[in-house]
Amino acid sequence: MQTHYAWIIGTVVLVASAVAAHGGPPASAGTVSGKVTYTGTPPKMKPIDMAKEPNCAKEHATAPVLTENVVTGPGSSLRWVVVYISAGDQGSTPGTETVRLDQKACQYIPHVLVVQPNQPLDIYNNDPHSHNIHPLAKVNPEWNRSQPAGAPPIHTKWELPEFIPVKCNVHPWMHGWHVVLNTSHYAVTGEDGSFSLSGLPPGKYTVTAWQEQFGTQTQDVTISGTESKTVDFVFKARPY
Amino acid sequence: MGKLFAVVVAIIALVSAALFASHIWWLPVDISAHGHAIDRQLSETMVTSGALFVLSQLALAVFAWRYGDRRDGRQVKTFPGGATSMVVFATVLVGAEILALTFVGSKVWAGIYQTPPDPNSLQIDVQSEQFAFYFRYPGPDGKFGATHPELINEASENYFGLDPANDISARDDIVVPTLTIPVNRPISLNLRAKDVGHSFYVPELRIQQDFVPGLAIPLHFTATQTGKHEIVCTQLCGLGHYNMRAYVEVMSQEQFDQWLKDKAAQQ
Repeated sequence: MQTHYAWIIGTVVLVASAVAAHGGPPASAGTVSGKVTYTGTPPKMKPIDMAKEPNCAKEHATAPVLTENVVTGPGSSLRWVVVYISAGDQGSTPGTETVRLDQKACQYIPHVLVVQPNQPLDIYNNDPHSHNIHPLAKVNPEWNRSQPAGAPPIHTKWELPEFIPVKCNVHPWMHGWHVVLNTSHYAVTGEDGSFSLSGLPPGKYTVTAWQEQFGTQTQDVTISGTESKTVDFVFKARPY
Repeated sequence: MGKLFAVVVAIIALVSAALFASHIWWLPVDISAHGHAIDRQLSETMVTSGALFVLSQLALAVFAWRYGDRRDGRQVKTFPGGATSMVVFATVLVGAEILALTFVGSKVWAGIYQTPPDPNSLQIDVQSEQFAFYFRYPGPDGKFGATHPELINEASENYFGLDPANDISARDDIVVPTLTIPVNRPISLNLRAKDVGHSFYVPELRIQQDFVPGLAIPLHFTATQTGKHEIVCTQLCGLGHYNMRAYVEVMSQEQFDQWLKDKAAQQ
């Protein structure tokens, strides 16, 4: 009889372990959160003149779009910084939800998007004219496709991790990034520069912050149990 | 059938000539100081080549009318001197006309493109790329910063490859996508191409000039009327060629000075 119970308990433990190993919620998970800021003088966010494309110029007539290579906010915060687990990752789940990229009023929205390898990515043209999206990939295959007004979305995906600059071949000011990461533990900073990576099982991690002009910074952090750790990143800004 | 063909040929020739002669479809208004010479040359070309066109088409119609319906197959030997002399005569006539137009036209073209710009002209640097034009003004210091193609970065609007970190004269350079110029002031452009061949064409300015990668091509003109006109690329330069355009905005000197001041403040 005791042998019988031992079998049942053993089976339950094995199944539970298997579920945990395949992406089930970890028994205990911590959080790494923080803020990305800069010191020094950042470059000016310059207004973009879209005179070449009258539709877009009209859309932004009252509030011109500003360059997005360095976007700053209150409290010296930095927007569009990708923060992710670059080493020691565990408990990641594959990206299955479709990520959406819009081309609207001659802008890429969002400016920086993150996907995981083979995660579905749909690209929409919301403008009454053509765009020609051109991801300048080096590790993944490079491609460019024209998307006329009213064309169906482009269904695509990226297979390998890479930071891919994306431009429009028709509108030189349109610029964005597709960031392909091998982890589901990532965040893109908002206007206040804050980020939060949750669901991290206990362990030692390397957290990386990437900004398209200022490069990367890393910090090591150890999570025990369900604790929350604060990790801040400070980039040194240059005006040019 | 021969007579019908003759009538159709004659009608097409005369209607075509009438359309051109009446200027129903003609060039847009000329807003440049040199445009009258181009227009005169174009008119002379159209008149002489048009006259030859009409004459030759009417001759064709006459022959078709006269001989088109013959059924007996007899050889016609009525042309004076035979066919050879006719071909020689036509070749010499057309050749002389083309040569004359070339010599006269080259003189007009050289008078515009081969003459030095006014020393007091406003200097503007032009960068063409797939599929846009950008224009650079030297800023308050009056000096253009040096260009470094490897520093070109559209994401930060560095379309000319300036190096403001190390080059002080580049910091105040004004870069805009619209060619903004004062009226009645000589303008001197410096045309560069980032990638492939393009062309700068403003019909109202009677200016058309190719960009060639690796060359800095000078171009000068004076606009004589205020207004806004389209600049289009007329060299097939890729998939987005159809959308490669910009605008030239001609304004008064006072408006231009204010515009330049406003732009300089944004740098």
